[in-house]
Amino acid sequence: MALTGLAGRHSDAAPADVPPAIELRGISKAFGPVQANRNISIRVGKGTIHGIIGENGAGKSTLMSILYGFYRADAGEILINGRPTSIPNSQAAIRAGIGMVFQHFKLVHNFSVVENVILGAEDGALLRPSVDRARRLLAELARDYELDVDPDALIEDLSVGHQQRVEILKALYRHADILILDEPTGVLTPDEADHLFRILANLRDQGKTIILITHKLREIMEITENVSVMRRGEMVATVRTAETSPEQLAELMVGRKVLLHVPKGPASPGRTVLEIEDLRVRDDDGVERLKGISLQIRAGEILGIAGVAGNGQSELLEVLGGIARGTGSVKLNGVPLDLAGRNADGRSRRRAGIAHVPEDRQNLGLIMDFTAWENMAFGYQDDPAYQKNRWLMDNEALRKDAMGKIERFDVRPADCWLPAKSFSGGNQQKIVVAREIERNPDLLLVGQPTRGVDIGAIEFIHRRIVALRDAGKAVLLVSVELDEIMSLADRIAVMFDGRIMGERLPDQTDERELGLLMAGVEATAGKAA
Amino acid sequence: MQRMPAWADAFLVPLISLVIAFLISGIVVRAIGQDPVEAMRIMVQGGFGSAYAWGYTLYYATNFLFTGLAVSVAFHASQFNIGGEGQATLGGLGVALVLLYIPWPHWTIALVAAMIGAAAFGAFWAAIPAWLQARRGSHIVITTIMFNFIAGGLLNYLLVNWMKPAGSMDPSTARFGEAVRLPTFYDLPLVGQYFTKSTPANITFFIALLACFLVWLLLWRTRLGYEIRAFGKSEKAAIYAGISPFRIIMLAMLISGALAGLMAINGTMGGQKRLILNAVEGAGFIGIAVALMGRNHPFGVLLAAILFGFLYQGGAELSLAMNIPSQLVTVIQALVILFTGALDNMVRAPLERAFAAGRRGGAPQGQGGP
Repeated sequence: MALTGLAGRHSDAAPADVPPAIELRGISKAFGPVQANRNISIRVGKGTIHGIIGENGAGKSTLMSILYGFYRADAGEILINGRPTSIPNSQAAIRAGIGMVFQHFKLVHNFSVVENVILGAEDGALLRPSVDRARRLLAELARDYELDVDPDALIEDLSVGHQQRVEILKALYRHADILILDEPTGVLTPDEADHLFRILANLRDQGKTIILITHKLREIMEITENVSVMRRGEMVATVRTAETSPEQLAELMVGRKVLLHVPKGPASPGRTVLEIEDLRVRDDDGVERLKGISLQIRAGEILGIAGVAGNGQSELLEVLGGIARGTGSVKLNGVPLDLAGRNADGRSRRRAGIAHVPEDRQNLGLIMDFTAWENMAFGYQDDPAYQKNRWLMDNEALRKDAMGKIERFDVRPADCWLPAKSFSGGNQQKIVVAREIERNPDLLLVGQPTRGVDIGAIEFIHRRIVALRDAGKAVLLVSVELDEIMSLADRIAVMFDGRIMGERLPDQTDERELGLLMAGVEATAGKAA
Repeated sequence: MQRMPAWADAFLVPLISLVIAFLISGIVVRAIGQDPVEAMRIMVQGGFGSAYAWGYTLYYATNFLFTGLAVSVAFHASQFNIGGEGQATLGGLGVALVLLYIPWPHWTIALVAAMIGAAAFGAFWAAIPAWLQARRGSHIVITTIMFNFIAGGLLNYLLVNWMKPAGSMDPSTARFGEAVRLPTFYDLPLVGQYFTKSTPANITFFIALLACFLVWLLLWRTRLGYEIRAFGKSEKAAIYAGISPFRIIMLAMLISGALAGLMAINGTMGGQKRLILNAVEGAGFIGIAVALMGRNHPFGVLLAAILFGFLYQGGAELSLAMNIPSQLVTVIQALVILFTGALDNMVRAPLERAFAAGRRGGAPQGQGGP
């Protein structure tokens, strides 16, 4: 591993005589076969802001949930202010002085601010004294920390930024000395985020300890004293923020792996297959996730989308695959696609010649309770080849077709009657890839093709994707694995915060430069480094 | 990983539940000073012991078959249709309108027309909650249950104010003509010799069996069934596959409502031969228990429907023959529903552990978390 050099820079912020506000020793947590946290140790100094950074699924939220009493660790120890503390539930966490501000707020929308603040922490049977006390306290907090919110406003009338302040107030009202904020800026405008950081700095200066979970490097650099990097359930490094750089953090987050060699000749791109102009997508909360994407893919070319997870790649796949709706213009072979109307669905996309290997194969790509042969036709169930007559499906044909794909893609066990959930991750992915690639689409959308897939299957899937390219098809590849992008793509576009930060050719760039783009650092002229 | 063999899941669990339900029923019967063994004998004799008994048991079973299938089809699309009661009520209205105001020359044509009427009215009554769910997100459990009350009120109004023959005090329509009388088991060749003229079980039973087969065909042999099951398992995946949630919710509920409506062919056209108030008599709700116990599979629904038909008929005999109040018979039926439906996990969980222990005895297996 390239990380050993960093171990020496492991640092403690607090002086030796003051015990750290939080110390975790050897925390491990598994969910079934998935190891969410592996032997994690961390010390958070009193009166500091400590960043925890890592990609989605790196295990940050699990770790914080353990600290807040939602999960119990399989192994390991929690020390609060130097004392070993057991945190079996969130009440215990609150008693230990820990407050949590969740990514998705836990507020009662038709209650007022003050009612939300005292909810669950009322003094007695009568509400009045609690409300009065809370009102006084809110006024004090507003003065001290710039935490001003109208105590009588209803939550549903408040902006997201103000709602978040209510969450912070709730924690402070419960005497929290340690505040955990989970992706606090995800829903905020830049101005609101700046205000939040001023609040956090004030809290720190008054001696509160703050843990900030995020995957945004800018925030870490701006406000934290120390930063810990998590990757795949492990704590890979803890460094002083002043002694690190965004590119180093990006590299640590994404990690390096043994470079897989994909045998592939030079691309011979032909006509333009996919043409995207100013594509925008909003999520259910109205937050813009794609902020005007423009790109093109030509026949016989693999375009790789690199980026830290959660920067709009999923939305890009979903809008092209007919799952999400958007605005802008997308043309396939010169024909505009319907982005928000009646034909903005998966059926129309498949008919137009787009196949989609989704990022989330277990929730999107497969019906886990369906048999392998049922899954091999999923999305193509109206194919005439699968119909016996006007009314009935030809299940025999489905099974024959499935057995062929199972053989050609070496799905194991080679039993088309097993439900999808009985296959390993790699073989589940082969089922999806076989189904989509064998359609011979003009455009293949592939999301995280090798996530949770074993080495052998990775190579196989990569070969198939390259073979499709060589057959003159266009491929849009989204992956958070940089080497996968580097070795598979003919052209790389880097996404950050819903935008394309830049395009590079794989043989004219390196992981450092891509890491900077992924961190949202605007490219300087050429390869200045 | 399969935790339990399929046969145990399909047969052993309901069987054990049933035995427990009957044991507790026995204690209840004992508690009011009656002999539980004698009670059981009378019930079995009354439900299965004679052609007469079968004639009633299968008559009730036919009702439950339709409502059980109705719940099952909706359930496969993850829609909990508890409006079978109202949809069957409307089905009765459809049957009555078709049969009262058109002079049918022969029962066969009348049957086809009445089936269309029953299915259309039942489907219509399911369509409104389905639309509200699919387009507006109003929860289908709430809306279907409200539509049960509306259906009851509507029928009451129509019977009292419009459909009751002039001068009659009874809130029911006139009798349908003799020409549209459905053949009962007594009228059928071969089986007719065993049944008497008063047997209510009629040709609708065979239509219900056909419906059973067609529902199986729909769910596991057609594209629509494939899409219904996929949608029911995962809405997100269904959207990925280009399956329209609106279309699936509407179609599944239309089919469900039509099946519930068809129940009126058995009761209103075959049994009562006129439209009466409360013709459905709770069969819509029994359908939920039947579907639950039958694991939403048409074959399971058939077995469960016959069991509940037996409970109805045997229970009626029980309150006649012994000094057992009819409310207590309802208690016995409720116990069966409770144990086979609601308390299913009470039997399943220990049984799964037993099977797992049995397997560990054989070969060690890496088991994941719960």
